[in-house]
Amino acid sequence: MPNITQSTLKLTRDEAVHLLHQMWLVRFFDEKVDEFFARGLIHGTTHLCVGQEATAVGACAVLRPMDKITSTHRGHGHCIAKGADPKRMMAELFGRETGYCKGKGGSMHIADLEKGNLGANGIVGGGIPLATGAALTSKMKQLGYVVLCFFGDGAANEGSFHEGLNLASIWKLPVVFFCENNQYGMSGSVKEMFNIENIADRAKAYGIPGAVIDGNDIVQVMDTVETAVQRARDGHGPTLIEAKTYRWKGHSKSDARKYRTREEEQAWRARDPIARFRALLLEEGLLDVGTMDEIEREAAREIEDAVAYAESSPMPALESILDDVYA
Amino acid sequence: MTRALTILQAITEALDQKMAEDERVLLLGEDIATNGGVFRATDGLLDKYGAKRVVDTPLAESGIIGSAIGLALNGMIPVAEIQFLAFIFPGLEQLVAHAARMRSRTRGQFGVPLVIRTPYGAGIRGPELHSESVEAFFAHTPGLKVVVPSNPYDAKGLLVSAMEDPDPVVFLEPTRIYRAFRADVPEPLYRVPLGQAQVVREGEDLSIFAWGAMLRVALKAAEQMEQEKGWRCEVIDLRTLYPLDRDAIVSSVQKTGRAMVVHEAHRTAGLGAEIISLINDEALLYLRAPVKRITGFDVPVPLFSVEDEYLPTESRIKQGIAETILF
Ligand SMILES: Cc1ncc(C[n+]2csc(CCOP(=O)(O)OP(=O)(O)O)c2C)c(N)n1
Ligand SMILES: [Mg+2]
Repeated sequence: MPNITQSTLKLTRDEAVHLLHQMWLVRFFDEKVDEFFARGLIHGTTHLCVGQEATAVGACAVLRPMDKITSTHRGHGHCIAKGADPKRMMAELFGRETGYCKGKGGSMHIADLEKGNLGANGIVGGGIPLATGAALTSKMKQLGYVVLCFFGDGAANEGSFHEGLNLASIWKLPVVFFCENNQYGMSGSVKEMFNIENIADRAKAYGIPGAVIDGNDIVQVMDTVETAVQRARDGHGPTLIEAKTYRWKGHSKSDARKYRTREEEQAWRARDPIARFRALLLEEGLLDVGTMDEIEREAAREIEDAVAYAESSPMPALESILDDVYA
Repeated sequence: MTRALTILQAITEALDQKMAEDERVLLLGEDIATNGGVFRATDGLLDKYGAKRVVDTPLAESGIIGSAIGLALNGMIPVAEIQFLAFIFPGLEQLVAHAARMRSRTRGQFGVPLVIRTPYGAGIRGPELHSESVEAFFAHTPGLKVVVPSNPYDAKGLLVSAMEDPDPVVFLEPTRIYRAFRADVPEPLYRVPLGQAQVVREGEDLSIFAWGAMLRVALKAAEQMEQEKGWRCEVIDLRTLYPLDRDAIVSSVQKTGRAMVVHEAHRTAGLGAEIISLINDEALLYLRAPVKRITGFDVPVPLFSVEDEYLPTESRIKQGIAETILF
């Protein structure tokens, strides 16, 4: 597959509304979570994907409902994009019984089998071989679904990356490896942690196609993932996509961001994926400003509803502490 | 001169002083240099000792531990940081299959003087993988030593001993009490020997064995029981979990005739079982009641809403004391 650099807009109005709405949901969800952590209402740690909305939403948008994803510790966007209900997600973060995992997993452990989300993952790189196995099932049982495997630049240096990609390649599996390269692991810059320009350059070593794209351009994300998904569905095997993007917030709850400059942050904020998509929609005459503003307000309301739902949900019963370890 | 330091500060000081004293000591791990580590245990050391001796690695636990072995085999003294204990899992092969066995495999030709430091245990509101206490995995592995400090004085002295030990030491740092309190720590370098338990409270009625963050919980329960019932419990901080201070355990039980083990790790096949077995072998006829275990449950550590119920509490320990003494 050639590196796709040209975006081609072929959206219907309804699709555009849906995408923009989802991007705002992702952003507002994580901004709320940020606020609740700061106020001490949610505990532990969390990883926010503000600034990375185009990768999660764009990549999941071209999947069919039957397709599956594996997610990461920075996974709220993936969940929402794969169709999760923000209410039950927020409840999970609040540790409530109505959450996706009964309030016992929290931010890093949301899974939603019904929607084909095989789960966020607290072990960096842990989802990669798992995605390979899910794709192997699809192939062996001829189920027709494709697996989209999200992981970060940091994860690409774990051993599981190598094993997972090679297996998927030699078995020609219907999986798309989607690296959200947000330029840093926790503090380690890709400039220091890799000796190559692009992570997707490694595709060659596995004998699979690779693509490097602008992860803040949702149309480019959709185009590229669509090509890779089609290839996977047609039985031609995996693709490695690297989407360059940036997380606006710190790595997790407490992060003084000593490893990067405020100027760099500003430069990336100027490439805001939502603002860019809005500008494009306006330019193409697909949506007007009033409509887009209303989409934004609607998403904000939904997140407020999610918070209210979470806050009014019960805590898990104490006896339930022992449940679900075995069948 | 002594100053009041936290466990974390005592650890930083031990690393700092050992690096100043011995050029062979070097640190490696994820986010330990620029960021100074997730908990800031290595803060300031990059500026002092430079990037050659304070090494930021990519996400690669197997690579970190494996490189540490290679360094140790060739005359260096590596201190590897694993960001949270659970993240050691991708590196277990290097630790268990190589670091632990190199001496016996080469019939004593090679030693592996490395230290792996890692935050350990629950109580910080991080579910599952951020709260692991699987010390028994390591104590079960011939060739590894396992150390857990419970206070700042021991943290410094034990870490210095670990760095001077000719064999691999897994140094587990109880996250929950990293900054919970301060205690006097002498400024000059000193050692607390590995393999020696410490009686932190004398008593005649029951011996309580604990370590890490559980030590203070056990101590409080013991104090309250004396006030409330007049029962005098002896509390022993094991400090090193392998090799166990067998004499200290046995002689205390011979004195009191009753025993209890408190650990936050899962109950089944936890270290409590080993200690009970030791008591069974060496002091059975002194016992006036079955040995009690107060432990975590056989479930992954749950989210914050029920986490406190997972961990042994003062009230569970007090109840156990009463049951044992009134048996
Ligand atoms: C095996 C493992 N090592 C370390 C960690 C701690 N940790 C969590 S996220 C992270 C950085 C991950 O970087 P990347 O894969 O680029 O994802 P990003 O956070 O940038 O989205 C680290 C070091 C972990 N969760 N698992
Ligand atoms: Mg990253």
